[in-house]
Amino acid sequence: MADRLGKISAVLVALILAALTLGSAAVTASRATSWSLTPADWAALRFTLVQAALSAGISALLAVPVARALARRRFRGREAVIRLMAAPFLLPTVVAVLGLLAVFGRAGPVNQALTWLNLPGFSIYGLHGVVLAHVFLNLPLTVRFVLQGWFAVPAERFRLAQSLGMGPAAQFRHLELPMLRSVLPGAAAVVFLLCLTSFAVALTLGGGPKASTLELAIYQALRFDFDLGRAALLAALQFALCGAVVLATLRVTQPTGFGAGLGREVPVFAPGGWRLWADGIAVLLTVGFLAAPLLAVALAGLSGMGSLPSGLWAAAGRSLMVAVISALLSAMAALVLVLAVLRGARWLEAAAMLPLAASGLVMGTGLFLIIHPLLPPERLALPVTVLVNAVLALPFLYRALLPEALAMQADYGRLAESLNLRGFGRLRWLVLPRLARPLGFGTGLAAALSMGDLGVIALFAGDRAVTLPLLIQRLTGAYRMEAAASASLLLLLLSFALFWAFDRMGGRHADA
Amino acid sequence: MKTLPLAAGLACLATLAAAETPVLTVMTYDSFAAEWGPGPAIEKGFEATCGCDLRYVTAGDGAALLARVQLEGAGSDADVVVGLDTNLTALAAGTGLFAPHGQPPAKSLPVTFDHPLFLPFDWSWFAFVYDKTKLAAPPASLEALAASDLKILIEDPRSSTPGLGLVMWVKAAYGDRAAEIWGALADNIVTVTPGWSEAYGMFLEGEADMVLSYTTSPAYHLIAEKDDSKAAAPFAEGHYLQVEVAGKLAATDQPALADAFLAYLGSDAAQAVIPETNWMYPASTPAAGLPKGFETLIQPEKSLLFSSEEAGTLRAKAVEEWQTALAK
Repeated sequence: MADRLGKISAVLVALILAALTLGSAAVTASRATSWSLTPADWAALRFTLVQAALSAGISALLAVPVARALARRRFRGREAVIRLMAAPFLLPTVVAVLGLLAVFGRAGPVNQALTWLNLPGFSIYGLHGVVLAHVFLNLPLTVRFVLQGWFAVPAERFRLAQSLGMGPAAQFRHLELPMLRSVLPGAAAVVFLLCLTSFAVALTLGGGPKASTLELAIYQALRFDFDLGRAALLAALQFALCGAVVLATLRVTQPTGFGAGLGREVPVFAPGGWRLWADGIAVLLTVGFLAAPLLAVALAGLSGMGSLPSGLWAAAGRSLMVAVISALLSAMAALVLVLAVLRGARWLEAAAMLPLAASGLVMGTGLFLIIHPLLPPERLALPVTVLVNAVLALPFLYRALLPEALAMQADYGRLAESLNLRGFGRLRWLVLPRLARPLGFGTGLAAALSMGDLGVIALFAGDRAVTLPLLIQRLTGAYRMEAAASASLLLLLLSFALFWAFDRMGGRHADA
Repeated sequence: MKTLPLAAGLACLATLAAAETPVLTVMTYDSFAAEWGPGPAIEKGFEATCGCDLRYVTAGDGAALLARVQLEGAGSDADVVVGLDTNLTALAAGTGLFAPHGQPPAKSLPVTFDHPLFLPFDWSWFAFVYDKTKLAAPPASLEALAASDLKILIEDPRSSTPGLGLVMWVKAAYGDRAAEIWGALADNIVTVTPGWSEAYGMFLEGEADMVLSYTTSPAYHLIAEKDDSKAAAPFAEGHYLQVEVAGKLAATDQPALADAFLAYLGSDAAQAVIPETNWMYPASTPAAGLPKGFETLIQPEKSLLFSSEEAGTLRAKAVEEWQTALAK
């Protein structure tokens, strides 16, 4: 009975996802008057693919040593470093770009140091700048995904490997490599898909029209040309790319099959010598790379604290409410999907990844076309934002849950069956405790993402439903860059607090 | 079932209240309706006389605004649209969604602009803004800028109205030579941003020597921040204009109120709000004149502006020319 309920709700979730992503694109297409792509669109497609592939590849490569160092070393501040890992990803892109420019820009310390050393200056603008920014934004997320993978390997396996006399190289081959094969393709795919829909970062740091992405082409089609057909075609292209990537990931990903452990954190053996140094350097470099732009954002934010507008707290409250509700919705939906995938419905995986390929603009436009004849859209601004944010965050939650869920199924599935542990009992005694850690992490991520999102609200908002990101956009649009920097700092702190609260909640329940 | 009469009563009350105060819905861009924009003061001033409730509905910037008008079509709740850019008026007129405004033409534009559907409410010249303390001798023309090794930030004409304005500026000044000028400018351009705020923010952070903005931008720093270090460089070719216009939607259910609002928008009371909230020139200078500080701004001798029709036909080709020249 409960299983049937699970199946029905999973199908329902998949339908909602498909309706909001593919459906909204279809509605947009239904109003099309012409169907053609320009040569510039194809150039945009090429650039989009190149930068997304580079960003994903580099993020994935760099994430491995960093995650391994964090998994096997114990040092003061380790927890803080792991939590810091989420921060760049939670930044609104415009704020992140300004933070990066404060460090790597023409007037930043990197170039000042180069001038001081009589070396030629470094220009961040170009393909390398776009990739740098995308790695800054996504490396931390990749590290967290890979780290979840390391945590999913029972510590007993590492101890067994040591007692068998396996050196670090053999451990890598027999334990870490299989784990990476199950985690890394999915993580890289998420980064690839995120960069696929990049717009502001690619354009701002790309240096010119050579760096146009598909999302910019969609923006132009919708805003300046009002060419709904072209926008829908471009959206379809994005979906096709997403589908190809998800299928490829499914083929490469393999379950690990390490078997169950006691689920206790056991001190991990960490090799000394040069490996200790390598781990130390990996962590230090990463922390420096991630913290410097964040510090710049914080410093810039402090100066404008006196000039914050009166609507700030109301906007912050609205954003918090939207973030918490959409994160909880998203967590429930992701759990339902993951459990259904465990029962064999692998096709649902595609539904879970769909939102990553969805253009926020096309989704917003489609929803607008549906809602407008029925109700004034501004009246539904917040509910629509909650729904869309929940949908957009779902792939991250799903990705975070899947590896541990697969491990749980392999390790405890048969035991649970033989105990006839089903339905809500299984949820209460097996699923929630085993998945608490990724669930907390993912929900926190979803809340913070929703907090910083500006996609849909900008299309729907009247003057009564202003959220914090919208307020920041309005401030920067009216010369108030200092106040905007302060509001951005507040946004960053709130997003981070939300993420931290959920992440911690998950971590605490995992140990219980 | 007891709640039914209550609900009915409430519904009646709601209709009564609605009948007593008609609602005028004004669709505008974000920063117009923001608490520091002209929106709140204009709302207060108009509501004091109209016996109505003025509500703003917002949509991004000028281009997003037109997209929203088109999305809503004839079923729109909005009565008036405030904030379209002259480069987009041909497109807006082509939708057939706008009705003649019937107001007298604006008095203080540097060019004649008398469009039956669109009423200017403010304007400024596009210009490259720089920091006087860092750049002592700014270039005196677009061509001199292109020949220099100064670094500039511009906006993308495919996603922002100032970006489109610059493309039109080069086209209006150089016609068939536009592509050549863009080719020469290419090595000056640090980057092309999606919107005005990214470019301007990056300029303030020291990422470039000059940024494409307005001749009125320095007034913000001078008046609001008591900082006189910013200036706009006068260019010999003349400066392209941005004229922001308002229009009445044909499908409005409050035509009389919409007319009254457009008349109010052109009045001294509303026009006096514009300079220090939108940081643009009012379309008709109020009797009290401009705020102190505006007299320090440069006054280009030559103003460039394509007519709506010309801009409409030129736009796609000019943007393509820009794109080809910069993508090399």
